[in-house]
Amino acid sequence: MTDLGRYQDPLTIQRVLHATGTIAIVGLSNNELRASYFVGYYLKRHGYRVIPVNPREKEILGETSYPSLLDVPVPVDLVNVFRAPDALPAIAREAVEIKAGALWCQFGVINEEGARIAETGGVTVVMDRCLKIEHARYVGRMHWLGFNTRRITSVRAGLQ
Amino acid sequence: MTDKLSRAEQAREFGFETRQLHAGQRPDPNTGARAVPIFQTTSYVFEDPESAAAYFNLQEYGNTYSRIMNPTVAVFEERVANLEGGAGAVAFASGIAAQAAALFTLLQPGDHVVSSSALYGGTVNQLKHLLRKMSVELTWVDPDDPDAWREAVRPNTKAFFGETIGNPSGNVLDIETVAAIAHEHELPLIVDNTFATPYLCRPIEWGADIVIHSATKFIGGHGTSIGGVVVEAGTFDWSNGRFPVIADASPAYHGLRFHETFGMYGYLMKLRAETLRDLGGALSPFNAFLFLQGLETLSLRMDRHVENARAVAAFLDSHELASNVTYPGLPGNKYRPLVDKYLPRGAGAVFSFDCAGGRDGGQGLIGGLTLWSHLANVGDAKSLVIHPASTTHRQLGDEELRAAGVGPGTVRLSVGTESVEDLIWDLEQGFARVAATIGEKVETV
Repeated sequence: MTDLGRYQDPLTIQRVLHATGTIAIVGLSNNELRASYFVGYYLKRHGYRVIPVNPREKEILGETSYPSLLDVPVPVDLVNVFRAPDALPAIAREAVEIKAGALWCQFGVINEEGARIAETGGVTVVMDRCLKIEHARYVGRMHWLGFNTRRITSVRAGLQ
Repeated sequence: MTDKLSRAEQAREFGFETRQLHAGQRPDPNTGARAVPIFQTTSYVFEDPESAAAYFNLQEYGNTYSRIMNPTVAVFEERVANLEGGAGAVAFASGIAAQAAALFTLLQPGDHVVSSSALYGGTVNQLKHLLRKMSVELTWVDPDDPDAWREAVRPNTKAFFGETIGNPSGNVLDIETVAAIAHEHELPLIVDNTFATPYLCRPIEWGADIVIHSATKFIGGHGTSIGGVVVEAGTFDWSNGRFPVIADASPAYHGLRFHETFGMYGYLMKLRAETLRDLGGALSPFNAFLFLQGLETLSLRMDRHVENARAVAAFLDSHELASNVTYPGLPGNKYRPLVDKYLPRGAGAVFSFDCAGGRDGGQGLIGGLTLWSHLANVGDAKSLVIHPASTTHRQLGDEELRAAGVGPGTVRLSVGTESVEDLIWDLEQGFARVAATIGEKVETV
C-alpha cells in the first residue's frame, strides 16, 4: 500500500496553492458536466492560468489545448492530473522534464512509481486529493456549504 | 505570500472541546466579529452575471438564497459535521425534516427500507405512513437480532435505519455489527444519534454512513429552537449500481451526475441542491445561532446530564414504587456491554420506568412533581417528564399500550442539569402522591 499521508500534508498543500500561477491540467475534458471541467472552470475563476493538455481537443475553457506537457510553450508551476493511474509514470517524467514545480494527482490517481519519478526529479507530489476542494478549503468558500474543512483557526483572514 | 505561509495551518488533531467551540467558524473577515454573526437575509447580491451562473451551476461555492444555504447555518452544519467526523452536513427546519430529506435523497418509488422497530413515535409515523405514500416498502426488525437485519434485505432495499439509543425504551444499537451487514449488501446505515450526541457516540467511527440529529434536543440543549441536521461520512460508494438516483444523470439538475462530479461530496450536494431546494425545510439563521451557542457547551452539559441520569436511575432502580427502569447505563441492564463499547462516557439522559399503580399511578406521580416540567420534549437543560399513557398515547387501551412497548404506568424522563438532590427530592414528592393514591384505592376496595 502506498503511504498516501506523505502526499497529503496540509502545509505542502497550502504552499503549492500559494506558489502556483500556471496550472496544466492533463486529461481536462471539454464536457462541462465532467469533474475536470468543474475544476478547470473554478481554477480559472480564481485567477490561475489554466492550460489544457488533451490531444483530442483544440480548445477548452477558451484556452488552447496541447497534446502533451512537452508541447506547452510556457513554464508550468503545477501539473494537475485527471488520468487513469497507470498513465502517471509517463506524465511524471514529462513533469520533471519541463521542470514543473509540483505534480497534483486527483482522487484515485494513485501510482507509486509515478510519485517516485516526480520526487526524484525534484517535483513536489500531492496525491489522491482534489485541487478544487483543497483550494476551497484553504483559500475559498468551501465552508459556505457546510462541508467539513477540518480547519480550526482564530486568525482573521482577508476579504473573500 | 510569505505572510500567508507563516500562518499556514498545521495538521493537528484538535480535541472535541476545542472543536465544539471553533469548528466551522473563523473570525468574520469583514468585521472581525468573534461570535458567529446572524446573517438574517433571504438572498445575496451577485458580483456579476457570470458569478451568478457559476453558483447556480454548482461550479463555484456561492450564496444564492437562504432556502438552500446561509452563512450562519453553514457554521452550524460544518461544526456538527466536524464533531461527528463526517464529510459535511446539511441543516433542516426540524429533525423530522432532516430525516425525510436524508431518505428522499436516496429513495425512489418501488424501493425498500429496513428499520429498527424500537424508534421514536414520530419516526415510526414517518417511516410507516409517509414512505408508503411514496410507494416505498418497509420492514421492521428487532434491532438486537443481526439475522433479522440480514434476512430482511431484498433486491430493492436501499437503506438500514436505527437509533443509537432508542426512544423511549433505551435499546442500544450494535452499530458496528449492523453497519457490517449493511455493507455486505452494499447498503448505507442511517443512524439517528440524537440521544447520544457526538460527544457520547460517533456512529461514523463505527461504520455508519449517514447520521441524523434532532438538534432541538441536546445539541440546542436549552429547549429554544426546533431544527435538525444530516451528516454524511463521505465514504459510501453511491455508484455501486444500487443508487441510480444519485449516480445517474439528474433530470432535476441538467444532467449532472452528482456522485461522479462531486465524489465524496456527491450525496451532500444532492441533499442540498435538490432535496432541500425542493422540499424547502430550511433552518432559520437565528435557530442555527442558538444551536451554535448550545454546541459550545455540549461536552460540559452532557457530562452533567449523564452524571445526573445515573443518580436518578439508581434512585428509581431501588425504589419500591418504580420498576423496569430502562436506563442502559445501569449495571444490570442487558445493553450494558454495548454501552461500554459505544457509549463509554455515559448512556445519555433519557429513559423510562414503570410507576406502581398503572395509569393512575403514572398520572399521580406527575401531578405530585413541582420541579420536573411536564411536557413533550427531551434534551433540555431542565428536567422533563411525560406520562405517555395520558398524553402521546392517550387514545390507546392498556393492551395496545403494551404492544407499543408502553405500560399504563410508564413515565419517560429527560434528566436535566439541576442539583441532582433536588431532582430526587421532587421525585420523592411524586411517589408520596402515588403511595397516597394506591392507599386510597386499597381502602375503597
